[in-house]
Amino acid sequence: MGNTLTVLVENNPGVLARVAGMFSRRGYNIDSLSVSTTDDPRISRMTIIVQGDEAVLQQVTRQLRKLVDVIKVQDITRDPHVDRELSLIKVTADTTVRGEIMQIVEIFRARIVDVSQDSLIIEVTGDEGKVNAIEEALKPFGIREMVRTGTIALLRGSVTAAEYEED
Amino acid sequence: MLLTGGQILIEALKEQGVDTIFGYPGGTVLPIYDALYDSDITHILTRHEQAAAHAADGYARATGRPGVCLATSGPGATNLVTGLATAMMDSVPMVAFTGQVPTGLLGRDSFQEADITGITMPITKHNFLVRDINDLARTIKEAFHIATTGRPGPVLVDIPRDVSGGKTEYRDPGPVFKRGYQPRMEAKPELVLAAAKAIAAARRPVIYAGGGIVNSGASPELQRLAGLIMAPVATTLMGLGGFPGDHALSVGMLGMHGSKYANYAVYESDLLIAVGVRFDDRVTGKVESFAPDAKVIHIDIDPAEMGKNVRVDIPIAGDVKTVLGQILDVLEARPDPHWDEKVQAWKREYPLDFRKEGMKPQAIIREICDMTEGKSRITTEVGQNQMWTAQYYTFTQPRSFITSGGLGTMGYGFPAAIGVQIGCPDELVFDIAGDGSIQMNIQELATAVNYELPVNVAILNNSFLGMVRQWQELFYERRYSHTELKNPEFVKVAEAYGAEGIKITQNAEIRPALEQAIASSKPVFLDFVIDREENVMPMVPPGEAINKMLG
Repeated sequence: MGNTLTVLVENNPGVLARVAGMFSRRGYNIDSLSVSTTDDPRISRMTIIVQGDEAVLQQVTRQLRKLVDVIKVQDITRDPHVDRELSLIKVTADTTVRGEIMQIVEIFRARIVDVSQDSLIIEVTGDEGKVNAIEEALKPFGIREMVRTGTIALLRGSVTAAEYEED
Repeated sequence: MLLTGGQILIEALKEQGVDTIFGYPGGTVLPIYDALYDSDITHILTRHEQAAAHAADGYARATGRPGVCLATSGPGATNLVTGLATAMMDSVPMVAFTGQVPTGLLGRDSFQEADITGITMPITKHNFLVRDINDLARTIKEAFHIATTGRPGPVLVDIPRDVSGGKTEYRDPGPVFKRGYQPRMEAKPELVLAAAKAIAAARRPVIYAGGGIVNSGASPELQRLAGLIMAPVATTLMGLGGFPGDHALSVGMLGMHGSKYANYAVYESDLLIAVGVRFDDRVTGKVESFAPDAKVIHIDIDPAEMGKNVRVDIPIAGDVKTVLGQILDVLEARPDPHWDEKVQAWKREYPLDFRKEGMKPQAIIREICDMTEGKSRITTEVGQNQMWTAQYYTFTQPRSFITSGGLGTMGYGFPAAIGVQIGCPDELVFDIAGDGSIQMNIQELATAVNYELPVNVAILNNSFLGMVRQWQELFYERRYSHTELKNPEFVKVAEAYGAEGIKITQNAEIRPALEQAIASSKPVFLDFVIDREENVMPMVPPGEAINKMLG
């Protein structure tokens, strides 16, 4: 199970390269990284899922904080938080199996967002486990292709990343 | 008033108190050089951009002020790379300016275009590409702020030609504030108390001091702490001079080529006070056997160093000078004389020594030390010359020993010595070199002659890449693969450039040659023909415990 880091960075050119480069040259493994701007256009927010024990996590956090463009780093793995991925899955589906697929879609509270003669595109959001589960359930029908975003996460409650106390 | 980008750079440098820069011109820095033409900033023209970087680095290490270098785009910029990596590894405050192709040509593989901010990302503390002339003044101010505060390091500012050549109204950018960059200076009080308590309880404390002592100017605090608790002080290569080498509590350098008594003291310590250090593998040897019975206090400006290589009991992030002051304020010392007696006994039993017959490099370095009363500024190249200097020159002053420790850059010493001599014009400067290293930046003879710098270069010439040969002797059955050098006559090379050259083949000639070099107002190459297969001893074999030393 990966650890979830929330990282606020200056929205400067090259900031993604700085973060990614630090991970690769120090040999840390990123499971997933997603980045986008925030409500403040000067700040971008990254959610990074990283493997490693406590010592590795401590180093990753400190090396991230050392980057001049990194404003805030928090490891929210153990704090109550909501995390989500989004996936689009194109499944082979002629008229004979559509009903069955639609049942699966309903069970997972996913949505069908495109229909053609012999295929469907299904949109699903959820944590990693849920997305894995629907993928497994759809496999027997034939997944033609799929795309999956990295995890994004927010702390539960009113506390924001910017307010979070660093150790 | 409308100024060009080049003129803004000059104004910003003056505002930072910079009066000297090292550089090499080229196409994309023409607007900057044109502005330099009218300015009163001293520009030292090296003969290679790498040398400009090393000279700026040497200048910074000797003076404590940021070193500044300037190069053109493409190959000029990539030639700075080794110099930036050297400064990064040793935490040297430096600002490098590079020219860049005009913004409209960026990313098109234009003539002399190199993505230097991409290339130098891992070897600078931070870097900038200035795309808008209106950001130039603020960016330069930020660059100096970042380079000189917290853990110092090199910062690169890449300036496209249309930015340096464009014009804008110059305004003072105001104070620098970067929300992601606020180095912590003071330690948390509870950690200070924990450290003081651990120190008071220790029976066999050892202080392991590094370059952070020198960078933060903490030598007086370190001496007070050592004296108060009667702890032996072992310094790293970078820490030499940060604690007086002739102090009774000094045990010299520790680690791979450290003194036996320093390594024994560390191995048997029950408290290791690590100050301004980073637990480099050349220091620790086999990590599990490094101070195995000791509690570890680690004080450093860089929180990312805590727990990076070894387990630490009391990690204290903060400025070394400030934190040592905080600890001294609350420390109740209870020194145990038995420990010091034991350390002194090791010192007597296992002194640093060498066999005196033949032409010995150690004897030459001792002679330089004696003649200059340990008060000259010494740079070195990398390898045996560097380790013998660390062992046999007694450094008593911070910033007197200037060497590439982390990166181990051959070719560093000579250009660095030029930078040191520029920064300290009235002082005696020696580069202690090997015959291999000196040829990696030998073209800087032209710079030294050009600016009439009386830099002395003592080449310890064994016609080998000595340290590599030593490892081949010890670990590769004397198979000297490509380490023997056929060298030029260094005296003639020096003379061709307009410098002096002296060849020394006998012990009796050492002192007169050094006297002649010191008296000379020219750069001098001293070609000491030394015993070819002399080794640096003692030595911890790579990956071995530090108390298991050869020699």
